[in-house]
Amino acid sequence: MPEAALSPEEGHEQQGQHAPHAGVRKAVVIGGNRIPFARSGGAYTRSSNQDMLTAALDGLIARFGLQEERLGEVAAGAVLKHSRHFNLTREAVLGSALSAETPAYDLQQACATGLETVLGLANKIKLGQIDSAVAGGVDSASDAPIAVSEGLREVLLDLNRAKTLPARLKVLSRLRPKDIAPDAPDTGEPRTGLSMGEHQALTTAQWKITREAQDELAYNSHRNLAAAYDRGFFDDLLTPYRGLTRDSNLRPDTSLEKLATLKPVFGKTLGTEATMTAGNSTPLTDGAATVLLGSEEWADERGLPKLATIVDGEAAAVDFVHGKDGLLMAPAFAVPRLLARNGLTLADFDFFEIHEAFAGTVLSTLAAWEDEDFGRSRLGLPGAFGSIDRSRLNVNGSSLAAGHPFAATGGRIVASLAKMLHDRRRVDGRPARGLISICAAGGQGVVAVLEAYPAAEGVQA
Amino acid sequence: MSDKYTQFVSRGIGRDLAGKLGLPRPVELRRYTPGSPLAPGPVLVIGRQDDSQGKEAEALAAELLSWGLDVRRNALPKERLGAIILLLDDVRRPEDLEIPMLTAARSLRDLAPGGRVVSVSRTWESAADPAEAAARQGIDGIVRSVAKELRDGATANGILLGRDAGPRSPGTLGALRFFLSGRSAFVDGQFLTVSTASGSQPGDPDKPLAGKVAVVTGAARGIGAAIARTLHRDGATIVAVDVPAAGDHLAEVANEVKGTALQLDITVPEAGERIIHHALERHGSLDILVHNAGITRDKLLANMDDGRWRSVIAVNIASQLRINDAVLGSPALPVAPHIVSVASTSGIAGNRGQSNYAASKGGVIGMVRASAPLLAARGGTINAVAPGFIETEMTARIPLLTREVARRLNSLQQGGIPGDVAEAIAFLASDAAGGISGEVLRVCGQNLVGA
Repeated sequence: MPEAALSPEEGHEQQGQHAPHAGVRKAVVIGGNRIPFARSGGAYTRSSNQDMLTAALDGLIARFGLQEERLGEVAAGAVLKHSRHFNLTREAVLGSALSAETPAYDLQQACATGLETVLGLANKIKLGQIDSAVAGGVDSASDAPIAVSEGLREVLLDLNRAKTLPARLKVLSRLRPKDIAPDAPDTGEPRTGLSMGEHQALTTAQWKITREAQDELAYNSHRNLAAAYDRGFFDDLLTPYRGLTRDSNLRPDTSLEKLATLKPVFGKTLGTEATMTAGNSTPLTDGAATVLLGSEEWADERGLPKLATIVDGEAAAVDFVHGKDGLLMAPAFAVPRLLARNGLTLADFDFFEIHEAFAGTVLSTLAAWEDEDFGRSRLGLPGAFGSIDRSRLNVNGSSLAAGHPFAATGGRIVASLAKMLHDRRRVDGRPARGLISICAAGGQGVVAVLEAYPAAEGVQA
Repeated sequence: MSDKYTQFVSRGIGRDLAGKLGLPRPVELRRYTPGSPLAPGPVLVIGRQDDSQGKEAEALAAELLSWGLDVRRNALPKERLGAIILLLDDVRRPEDLEIPMLTAARSLRDLAPGGRVVSVSRTWESAADPAEAAARQGIDGIVRSVAKELRDGATANGILLGRDAGPRSPGTLGALRFFLSGRSAFVDGQFLTVSTASGSQPGDPDKPLAGKVAVVTGAARGIGAAIARTLHRDGATIVAVDVPAAGDHLAEVANEVKGTALQLDITVPEAGERIIHHALERHGSLDILVHNAGITRDKLLANMDDGRWRSVIAVNIASQLRINDAVLGSPALPVAPHIVSVASTSGIAGNRGQSNYAASKGGVIGMVRASAPLLAARGGTINAVAPGFIETEMTARIPLLTREVARRLNSLQQGGIPGDVAEAIAFLASDAAGGISGEVLRVCGQNLVGA
């Protein structure tokens, strides 16, 4: 076992030498709340981002008794966002039971939005700028903004500027029938025109990920998520919304056989076998998630639990435009950099939360880390970066089963992982440790390390 | 909110019409709001006029004066009275009842709408001889009859003193305040026994639960939500508990009362530990525990199945027993809390199609009686409240005619509201009720069944 290479004592020492955050205080995860995720066009069709974010926030406030509290800051965001929601998070705060004197800001980093709000706010807590914070995200694929065409938009703006009737009529005469067609958002990359699925299909084929391996990952995701619900794991992580008490995408009765019958939807023109189906890709989803963060003192003063600490985070980006790396492969670079900075290896983790944008994304990332050539030529290591114990991967399910409301996924993962770490507490004399990896549009990725909040050995905190 | 019929016959043409046709004429009840007067007029204190009793009645009158009440020892002609208090704790023979009762009789018509008749007497069990027991039990008949005679939302209730309690014990004064006030609006024809001199009067009568931490199960809606609101209004910090599937409503209630929401299935074995841990970790104590969560799975016994039977027993009584065991066994709770359980008149009088529910609610009553000594050993109390017909989402689903009949079948000729049940629970959960334990208080407007 690779664990033997690093004894606990050495691990601590090494961590101390490399720790980039010595001298700053801890940022702890106190808990989280999300609403069940709904497939788009389902239970939340008529719910706006603001409705859902407010609901998730109010559930968090109720769980931790934060009514009328002035928190340090609330940060959240949405990927698909109406222009009228320019102050989405602040509006959600004003509509919630929090003190109206709680400041808020919006953040957007595609699917990494939720995790980036956690890291940004955790940094502020560590530096002593704030004592408490709520991080989160929300997305609605059902209530997506639809824009008017560029032609119509230009006409409307000019019309507004025209002073006289003849001038207005002249502007209007420029309208053409094609200008009337609305401009709906899609998941296409602006610089390549390819959808995210088609991009991943290229990567999946490049890393020779089989259909069977992808279906097995999807099957495990559903099975693990269903088991987590059945044993009450989400009882203090989730608040029902609009009649939903569980993620509507979850199929507890799915099987490898059923998944094997689905027809491929991406990568059908690559000349290789098309392996990506609706079963091993995440569907468009609506939902919101929040995480409560605080300093140790702030949590202690209120008798609030301290589940885990936010140890460190890292962002990376790849040049997918010229085909150097796959669109969703940035975490393959971010994780090695983050672990090196913290003196850790993949063997030092008890939980891996790798966001399942597509089963192929997770498997391509793992394949890259296990590849000698990738390790040497792309990561600058003496050999392969390493492999993970697959029994520690997404143990309570991930996006393939839960669904993926883009900006909400980070909050879902951070709160769940913090609870798992708290439940595990210590492993081999050190705090239980978890790795989060989230890929994002634009060839980006954000990753983070969390540890169980230090509790003295044998103490049931 | 009272029902539409009550609103219609409470005023104007509706009132006249109902009077001419001899229809029931329920009135809108006098209910408590913070700061409202304790009684709708002066309080007449009647006691036997011989030496010892005269002193006791004087002392009680002085106590009531200190509450800001206008007190009379003798009725003034034609003066509207807010309440008549009958101090009958020294009756020895049935003949002793004559003077005080006929004194009260002359003032009964002067009782204001929403007025009160409250007797204070001793339990027959503690009587020295049969004549004394007869006199004491006679008061039971008197109060129940007067309750049926009174109109316009006025009620009659009694306080019974055990061997170790007196007319000015904290529990007696607490019960007296409760019965006089609008908090007891839907309690009629009932008795509360004060068994010990324990307890204390509140510093601020409008915040009797100040500084207390109260756990309420089934708090997401209906009566449970009303309990959470009422306990919060009285000063308590609320831990609102309900099943995870009701979490959205639970969060709304928790945010409204500025408490914490605990999504928990109370039938799981560790429910008691989870509740204790949450209350202590977040709020530092657990002073009040209200077992309100309950379900109905109605079916005639002839058609009963194991699922319906088992789930009702599991939620309504087995969980309460297990949680109480956890509370009594917890080293983290050296002082036991005030526990109040929600029973039901179905558990007293029975109800067709509710053999499972009545088993669970009768069970609650048995549990409360048997648990009282166990809690007393650690400074706690346990009581039950048995609601009659209460206007809730659940009773709104009863067919119209059945519902209309059900809500008129009591002395107040109307259904209660969830807040009425909550008020009784808030009183029994207070330190003023410290000398009251093992009791079942009906909140039913003196329902004709099972009285």
